[in-house]
Amino acid sequence: MGGPILAMNDATPRFEQAPAPQGTAVRLLGEWTAAQFARPRVFRELRHLLPAADAGKRAWDLREAAQLDHVGAQLLWDHWGQRWPERLELLPPQRAILERVAQFTARPQRAPRRGPRALYFAFGAKLMAALGHVKGFVQLIGQLTLDLRELVRAPHQAPWRDFSGHLYRIGVTALPITALVGGLIGVVLAYLTSRQLRQFGADAYIVDILGIALVRELGPMLAAILIAGRSGSAITAQIGVMRVTDELDAMRVMGISHTYRLVMPRAMALSIAMPLISGWTTIAGLIGGMVAADLSLGISPIFFVKALPAAVSLPNLALGMSKSVVFGILIALIGCHFGLRVRPNTQSLGQGTTASVVTAITMVILVDALFAVLFSNVGI
Amino acid sequence: MSDAVLSTLPPDGPVVEIRKLWSAFRLPEGRMVVHKDLDLTVQRGEVLSIVGGSGSGKTVLLRQILGLERPASGEVRIMGQPVREMTRRGASSRVGMLFQHGALFSAFSVIENVTFPLRELKTLPRRLVEEAAMVKLQMVGLKPGDAKKMPAELSGGMIKRAALARALIMDPPLLLLDEPTAGLDPDSSDGFVNLLRSLHHDLALTVIMVTHDLDTLFELSTRIAVLADQRVIVAGRPREVIAFRHPFIEEFFLGERGQRAMELLREYPFAI
Repeated sequence: MGGPILAMNDATPRFEQAPAPQGTAVRLLGEWTAAQFARPRVFRELRHLLPAADAGKRAWDLREAAQLDHVGAQLLWDHWGQRWPERLELLPPQRAILERVAQFTARPQRAPRRGPRALYFAFGAKLMAALGHVKGFVQLIGQLTLDLRELVRAPHQAPWRDFSGHLYRIGVTALPITALVGGLIGVVLAYLTSRQLRQFGADAYIVDILGIALVRELGPMLAAILIAGRSGSAITAQIGVMRVTDELDAMRVMGISHTYRLVMPRAMALSIAMPLISGWTTIAGLIGGMVAADLSLGISPIFFVKALPAAVSLPNLALGMSKSVVFGILIALIGCHFGLRVRPNTQSLGQGTTASVVTAITMVILVDALFAVLFSNVGI
Repeated sequence: MSDAVLSTLPPDGPVVEIRKLWSAFRLPEGRMVVHKDLDLTVQRGEVLSIVGGSGSGKTVLLRQILGLERPASGEVRIMGQPVREMTRRGASSRVGMLFQHGALFSAFSVIENVTFPLRELKTLPRRLVEEAAMVKLQMVGLKPGDAKKMPAELSGGMIKRAALARALIMDPPLLLLDEPTAGLDPDSSDGFVNLLRSLHHDLALTVIMVTHDLDTLFELSTRIAVLADQRVIVAGRPREVIAFRHPFIEEFFLGERGQRAMELLREYPFAI
């Protein structure tokens, strides 16, 4: 036995059947251990051959097996139909292992099959969880408002060091990446539009198109999406890890409010950093567009800069900046909301971070659409 | 050693053999040497406790035995093989480790944690794997109903028991314990010590543990190794170790705390 493909050696778990005084005896040889079953094909081979050794009628002899561990014993016990065979020869240690297996064999309970009723309840649970998120978010905004009142009453007690730290980490360190992305989008936009504009001989309008699109829409949006991915996830992960390591509870025991100490400085930092980054991204985009316009349409940078103020009226800039403030606060609050809801295990931390980024980006786009509808006749 | 002839049958000879071991870490301030020419041998069936002051390198020594750290020089052999073989596939059949905080995978339920080493082999059917895990779960004193619980729902003692079941799932001949009773209340601590003693007996385990708890130390150890001055200053039966003259030993065993635990020596004479 043991096919030609299988590398056989003394340790390979196997058995042989030999005539015995009463009927046939099954003799176990080799190491009946999980480590041996781990080898490729050994276990498949064994399972294929075992049914030939009928449990009930044969005498079983385990004494020559080099080793038997609990997994091997479990395999035998299951093969015997979870009963002791009538004739069994074994060594005392083997008996001890088999007795333990016999005593403790149990099947873990299966999760019950999900019927339509269970699906209906699962849907309800999802709905309630979504409502719970809305409720928690509203609570967070309310608590933040109360904290802001506290801040106005005693400004010298506010966590200013935290605030400046977040301003640096969220704002300053994001400058290179936002400039790069903004500049490249400006270049792409300029090249795409220049082809269309040249057909109508309306080359000069590239300033209007780039100016309005970047200042009003693309600059704030790009910056917000980048910051949501970069800082929103970081906020959730930071606060989530504090939950996993009990730091949040430690803070509460000291009588320090989570929202006051963790949420407020982040929201404040983002509400200030976000419009600045958005302005920076817009400028990078305009510079990229300016260079591309020079190369593809021959529009000189001097003309571009001179024409820009006329093309983009001030309300557009104001709209872009004020949108960014809202985006910043949203990203901070969503990040903190999911961070505070992390349960103390690693899986929940991962889910929370993902949900935070996805929700933040979706909300930014939704709010942007809302702004577009509300202020459709401002500045254009 | 190729996979095809891999055998868990320990050959005769010491289970763990450490010779002239140097452990060193590179720090910003320079090289920190933790072990210098450290020698230690552990025979089959022993329960060896490693004690030493904080920072004496007990956990580093445990990590060296597990193959998680690289020796700066010297060698560590487990059952005659170099230790770097330890972290290869199927390592659970050679050594089991109980980490101080259990190190259960928090995203998995108890049964998924315990079956993890077997499931990773990808050769055994799910039913057999789960039944084997249920046997181990009950051997460490958990109930079948605990199988579906998540680690976050378990008490400290239950986490240690589940982690022990995971460490023992492939019946390794060698079990390493890092502070097995730290963080347990006295009752669970006693229960856990009794469990370890009966498993040591039933499964013919060789156990190496790091512990600060004198009760655990005297109730379980057949031998104690004292780490100080970057090496093992003495290894022997508890009485021999206590008789050894060294400032750390006098402080550790013969201080007020030690005196109380020494009472146990008289109550549990089998430990000597």
